[in-house]
Amino acid sequence: MNGASGNYGMGLPIQASDAAPHIDLGLRVIHFAMFAIFILWSIFFVYLLLKYRKRAGVAAQREHMGLFWSLLPDAIVLGFEILLIFFYAIPGWTRFKMDAPKPEDSTQIEIVAQQFNWNIRYPGPDGKFGRTDPKLIDFANPLGIDPTDPASKDDYVSVNQLHLPVGKPVLIRLSSMDVIHSFFIPEFRVKQDAVPGMRVPVWFTPTREGQYEITCAQLCGVGHAIMRGDVSVHTPEDFQKWLAEASAPPAEARAAAPIEQW
Amino acid sequence: MKDHSEHGEHNGAHQDDFVGKYIFSVDHKVIGLQYLFTSMFFLLFGFTLVLLMRWQLAYPGTRIPLIGSLLPLSLAPGGVMLPSFYNSLGAMHGTIMVFLGIVPLGVGAFGNYVLPLQIGAPDMAFPRMNMMSYWSYLPGGCLMLLSFFLPGGAAQSGWTSYPPLSVINPGQTTWLIAMVFLITSSLLGSINFIVTTLNMRAQGMTLWRMPVFVWAQFVTAILLLLAFPPLEAASILQLMDRVAGTSFYIPANLVVGGKLLDHTGGGQPLLWQHLFWFLAHPEVYVLILPAMGIVAEIIANNTRKPLFGYKEIVGAMIFLGGMSFVVWAHHMFLSGMTPALSNFFLVTTMIISVPSVALLTCLVFSLHGGSIRFTVPMLFALAFLPMFGIGGLTGLPLGMPVTDIYLHDTYYVIGHFHYVVVTGTIIALMGGTYFWFPKWFGRRMSEGWGKFHFWTTLLCMNGVFMPMFIMGMAGASRRLYDPTAQLHNLTTQPMNVVSTISAILLMTAQIPFLVNFFYSIFHGEKCDSNPWHVTTLDWACPSPPPHGNFAKPPRVYRGPYEYSLPGAKADWIPQDVKEAA
Repeated sequence: MNGASGNYGMGLPIQASDAAPHIDLGLRVIHFAMFAIFILWSIFFVYLLLKYRKRAGVAAQREHMGLFWSLLPDAIVLGFEILLIFFYAIPGWTRFKMDAPKPEDSTQIEIVAQQFNWNIRYPGPDGKFGRTDPKLIDFANPLGIDPTDPASKDDYVSVNQLHLPVGKPVLIRLSSMDVIHSFFIPEFRVKQDAVPGMRVPVWFTPTREGQYEITCAQLCGVGHAIMRGDVSVHTPEDFQKWLAEASAPPAEARAAAPIEQW
Repeated sequence: MKDHSEHGEHNGAHQDDFVGKYIFSVDHKVIGLQYLFTSMFFLLFGFTLVLLMRWQLAYPGTRIPLIGSLLPLSLAPGGVMLPSFYNSLGAMHGTIMVFLGIVPLGVGAFGNYVLPLQIGAPDMAFPRMNMMSYWSYLPGGCLMLLSFFLPGGAAQSGWTSYPPLSVINPGQTTWLIAMVFLITSSLLGSINFIVTTLNMRAQGMTLWRMPVFVWAQFVTAILLLLAFPPLEAASILQLMDRVAGTSFYIPANLVVGGKLLDHTGGGQPLLWQHLFWFLAHPEVYVLILPAMGIVAEIIANNTRKPLFGYKEIVGAMIFLGGMSFVVWAHHMFLSGMTPALSNFFLVTTMIISVPSVALLTCLVFSLHGGSIRFTVPMLFALAFLPMFGIGGLTGLPLGMPVTDIYLHDTYYVIGHFHYVVVTGTIIALMGGTYFWFPKWFGRRMSEGWGKFHFWTTLLCMNGVFMPMFIMGMAGASRRLYDPTAQLHNLTTQPMNVVSTISAILLMTAQIPFLVNFFYSIFHGEKCDSNPWHVTTLDWACPSPPPHGNFAKPPRVYRGPYEYSLPGAKADWIPQDVKEAA
């Protein structure tokens, strides 16, 4: 059994990143308000239906309820929306999609989606991603990393296995080599389309060690349903240990950019 | 009037000719019925497609009962559907329901038949263009159906057809050509509706005396006219990317299956999304406005009083129509477009909720002080109100970019828009069918079976779509061939079973409706020309109306909803009656 399977129930999945509490707060407030509005509205609706049902000898009145009452629902909804926009939506959006953390403070990762895999690249100790060339792409080198670039020597590529340290911002540059995919980790409340020809930054801070699931949220072809990956969040020490072990294979295999199979 | 007499002579010569009267007809009523029957067929066909999908979602990888063995090897070997067939079903379900089912029913059938009658016109302004609109729609629809049998199969990139997937996937070329036919049909129809509304009104039918249904169709026609051309252009560009090797939507260095694509690149996949949603968001209002018009007519008639805030309703519809052009990118918060843009579309999306709430409020307040008759059309119109309310409310967390990060592309979205379009629009269109059936055929549908159809349909629809909110909140992704292939869907998989069983029951619940409908056309109880005691002009002519509609051009003396006037003998006074009796 995969470790992530216990993260899900009938409600929201567990919260495993800094984005999760903020997004869940909004979901809860909005749904509470939706229920309240709908129930109050329904009571009024049923009251009208019962009170004004057709009865013998009682004609309809042409007079209407006052204008004030008709503006009330709009005023309530609009007021609630204005509060949400300024105190919740714009601040949250700025934090999760506009104010990226500094690269030097973050765990940097490149993810290039393809039908139907997530190619995940770590820059290695030099902190630089080596040059890539689409002409070099083959099974053993899914990203087409150019081995002649010194910066590529310590790059490490894994397929569908994302390892992260807990408590430190993760900065992902997300792209795709064929069609549009969408990078979604439900426990992190993180989602972003991966678009070919674009490099979109994605960031979050994992807050909880454990196993999670990456899924593709955008229809990407016949294998869309099997396009998934695993996320492992480690302590910083365990993460360093994993990275050192994983990216230090025998010297001859290194030139071909090793792949961790799933 | 000159147009009318010419057209009358022309058709008079063809009156006895079957082809001229029923096939290539220029009479708006015959064209309306052609749209009615064709779109009903497509709605049932689109529903059948989704039943196959729902089977796969509830019981992945098992044999489809009944029709599984009839499907060819290329689609479902051994009766178990292939992922490519599942994706085709998804794309074709969406396309057929929106472009071949609901729009042709709401606009083509109801609009064509009822709008000229309600404004007191003898026909549409351009009868031949009206015929051409239908005869552009039908080939487009047939081509869509045919695409299942052509090499490459039906389109399988979703009804949204995002490139580059749609450019490299099989089946898309046919889809694009069919779309060009369908868009052309809508454009021809929309110009006709606008001109008819503005030029063909009877004497005394001022704009502020037009029924809400006419206003709804008028605003809808303007939306179609302005929103569809960008998609027609965008579709042709995508067609060129597929057949002529251009790269409007294809960026450089695309590697598909390990091979570098031939396209030179330089295109932008997001361009399609902007052009597509620039149509497809107004399209939502094209689906919902005619439904609201129908609901307003039925409510006014069955409460026996004027609508609450007639001018507010019309104003809200116009505002809604205008705003619908500046909210499209709320479908694209996570598409990779500049995040700063999301805040603009957040604000416009919240603004558009104001006229929607105002419309719903006016319709609910219209009940106050009424004498409500619970007829079958009224039941459907009443059910529209809370169901559309759920659809609207669940749009709130989706229209907020932050919460959309989590809910986007989950089942929550599917639940939301099906509440708007199915329990909203389709419920209203069903109500409209019961309401105008006596006008179309001079007979009534059975009330008892109508009520049975109403309650079973309402219950089953909620059974289909309510579980989707639960699945969406748990994070379940949409458009997956096999939901159980991903861990995050496993706990909510029983909800898929509930939804599928409800969908099968929902299909079953339509059998009484279809029997009632077709039986009543020939054997229903005959009724006079105005069985519901309606005030508007569509009921001031015989049922069904003869060619030319009105024996002499009607003259309008009053507003559309003169119900329960104090001192009047009857509780309704038609628009063409001068003095209260």
